[in-house]
Amino acid sequence: MRRTVHITGVALVSLLAWQAGVTLADLPRFILPGPDLVFVTLWTSRALIAEHALVTAAEVLLGLGLGAALGFASAILLAASPLARSVLRPMLVFSQAVPVFALAPILTLWLGYGLWSKVAMALLIIYFPVTSAFFDALMRTPPGWLELARVMNALPGRTLWRIRVPAAMPGFASGLRLAAVYAPIGAIIGEWVGASQGLGYLMLLANGRAKIDLMFAALIVLAVLTLLLHAAVDVVCRRLWDG
Amino acid sequence: MTAPPALHLSGRATIDGAPIFGPISIDAPPGEWTCLLGPSGVGKSTVLRLLAGLGDEVAFDGKVAAGDGAPLGGRVALMAQADLLMPWLDVTANVTLGARLRGMAPQRGRASEVLGRVGLADHAAKRPHALSGGQRQRAALARTLIEDRPVVLLDEPFSALDARSRALMQDLAAEVLAGRTVLHVTHDAAEAARLGHNVLLMTSGGVSCVTSPAAPTPRLYDAPETLGFQGRLLRLLMEAR
Repeated sequence: MRRTVHITGVALVSLLAWQAGVTLADLPRFILPGPDLVFVTLWTSRALIAEHALVTAAEVLLGLGLGAALGFASAILLAASPLARSVLRPMLVFSQAVPVFALAPILTLWLGYGLWSKVAMALLIIYFPVTSAFFDALMRTPPGWLELARVMNALPGRTLWRIRVPAAMPGFASGLRLAAVYAPIGAIIGEWVGASQGLGYLMLLANGRAKIDLMFAALIVLAVLTLLLHAAVDVVCRRLWDG
Repeated sequence: MTAPPALHLSGRATIDGAPIFGPISIDAPPGEWTCLLGPSGVGKSTVLRLLAGLGDEVAFDGKVAAGDGAPLGGRVALMAQADLLMPWLDVTANVTLGARLRGMAPQRGRASEVLGRVGLADHAAKRPHALSGGQRQRAALARTLIEDRPVVLLDEPFSALDARSRALMQDLAAEVLAGRTVLHVTHDAAEAARLGHNVLLMTSGGVSCVTSPAAPTPRLYDAPETLGFQGRLLRLLMEAR
């Protein structure tokens, strides 16, 4: 309750400061519209914004789901096989030296202007954080548990599934929390590079037509979507793995 | 359970070139409870780890063997100071962990029987975080029991418990582990005086056997002979360098 009051207070103060800045500096609306105008646009263009927001949400959710699944599987493969570690780990690290943003035009070329090039961007951007967080956790199983398993004559695969994976789920959860914030970035960049739908596309379109109020309205919706996604992932992770 | 073998370990151990113990020789008679008593840092736990087939970090020059000549692997259960319960499993699932780790079906009937024996019948569906320290060690004891191994290695399993829980756990463990070859590492002279059919004193100077009272174990904690034995063990610990 106190937290809600606190957040609402901070939001209100920020909005007031925004409005005061715009009014006092007498900024033209095509440079920085006031919050009043942005919220009016948000309401009047709600159908348009919702249509594009749905597309972005679908891209983000698909990218998050696929990226998390792929990261989960990769981390387990890396943890289970020293051979996979020696071959794949340097490749993974090297792949991080290539900015994912720079790949966006190539992905658009390969996968087209539709949904999948954005899904691929979101997937690529979250794959490494998820894999890395989960893999690190898999390699840090408390040694006492592993020794207990050894004395019990455990099969290595069983030790992995019954002890190492469940013990590492909090690590997977922290990867997922990061992913929930990163995935929208990937989708938006994909939309900027080439799209005919989505909030990123709408923002570019609005910018080109000097509809800065619409741009800000789309930006606010994107931020709210990201916050909701993060909160939802957080709730799921807490329920399942943190206690 | 197969017939409990005697345990033998002799030799010296180092970790990264630093001496841990030795040369020493340790013998635990079959089917009896042997306490390995000594101050912290003399390598008691390393002895246990070597007998359990662990201790990859230890350079050991010597011999680890069972009295019957057969390998020890698969005949040993280990109970440590930390209960090592998996927080995501309930008590029954923790107790039957070994079977599942070996790819076998968990024996639920046997689990409830064993949990009844250690006094946890009403807690079978609880997660470890809902148990007290003493209950957690009971669950660990149940997990050790269900493995039904003839050799049980105990690494200070009761040292983190309060005095009352510790005494109760000592009684329980002595009862349920009777007939197995138990090697119990401890730094508590009172515990060794209560539980050991045999007490081996391990100091930096080596290992020596201390004659135990004839009274059956677990000896009464306030019986004069137990207290006298405890005092003698403590004196030996104090006099050792």
